[in-house]
Amino acid sequence: MRVGVPIFPGSNCDRDALSALERVGAEPVELWHADADLKGVDAVFVPGGFSYGDYLRPGAIARFSGVMGPLEEFARDGGPVIGVCNGFQVLAEAHLLPGALLQNKSTRFVCTRTRVRVESVETPWTAACEPGAELTLPVAHNEGNYYADAETLRALEEEGRVVLRYLENPNGSAGDIAGVCNEARNVVGLMPHPERASDPVLGLDDGLCILRSILQGAAKAGAGV
Amino acid sequence: MKVRVMVRPKEGILDPQGEAVRRALPALGFEGVKSVHVGRLVEMEVESAEEVEGMCRRLLANPTIEEYEWEIVE
Repeated sequence: MRVGVPIFPGSNCDRDALSALERVGAEPVELWHADADLKGVDAVFVPGGFSYGDYLRPGAIARFSGVMGPLEEFARDGGPVIGVCNGFQVLAEAHLLPGALLQNKSTRFVCTRTRVRVESVETPWTAACEPGAELTLPVAHNEGNYYADAETLRALEEEGRVVLRYLENPNGSAGDIAGVCNEARNVVGLMPHPERASDPVLGLDDGLCILRSILQGAAKAGAGV
Repeated sequence: MKVRVMVRPKEGILDPQGEAVRRALPALGFEGVKSVHVGRLVEMEVESAEEVEGMCRRLLANPTIEEYEWEIVE
């Protein structure tokens, strides 16, 4: 399975994403931000970092880069897309995911390990996780405080579209939300970094179930299940 | 012409930056500051103001969390 990783000026988790995807058996494909196509990938992992220097708002400028047109089309056609950290911010700015990421309530950049619970396994990016599993994943962000209006939050909860929830909220996110998905469930955004928790050498490998999910989905589709 | 766009957090949206400034002011002896909101000023030289509204809506502000106003200053 070919998984594309868009590389924006300022991405700094692209290498981690590429190598973590390779480690779980996917074929990682670099997608340059100015590219006008997705090189026929089966899924897309939008990595973390500081695209375009986080100027204006995190993700605001990346959202209009060349690769985003094809990516939006891919997502709207049901293609599996995940955005991690800055990738989440980019997908929210592109309106592929609801809500927005505000500055952390503490006004501090947070760089720590945090515990989260898997709230939904009904997405291509969490299908291989145990429902309700508690994972320890790293977070590193200044704007990770999830915000959506009351109506959107209610819809997310009622429709089971909260994907990950903090057990110890590091940024003030509404409803302790650490990750959400779109209505069709093929697009997922997470503030914690599964790719930084994908190898015992890193001290953590709780992110593996998220990375493996996309392959499990492909195997099922291949088997016609 | 010169256009000035002001972008700020919407009413009711948490503004940690404004809050940090509000807390710092009394420490300098400026008492009685009830609230502070920190926004962003964008100044642009444009040939016509026709598209400024679209620029605000699509890029300069995120309408989910921010409000904006703009004016022609020159």
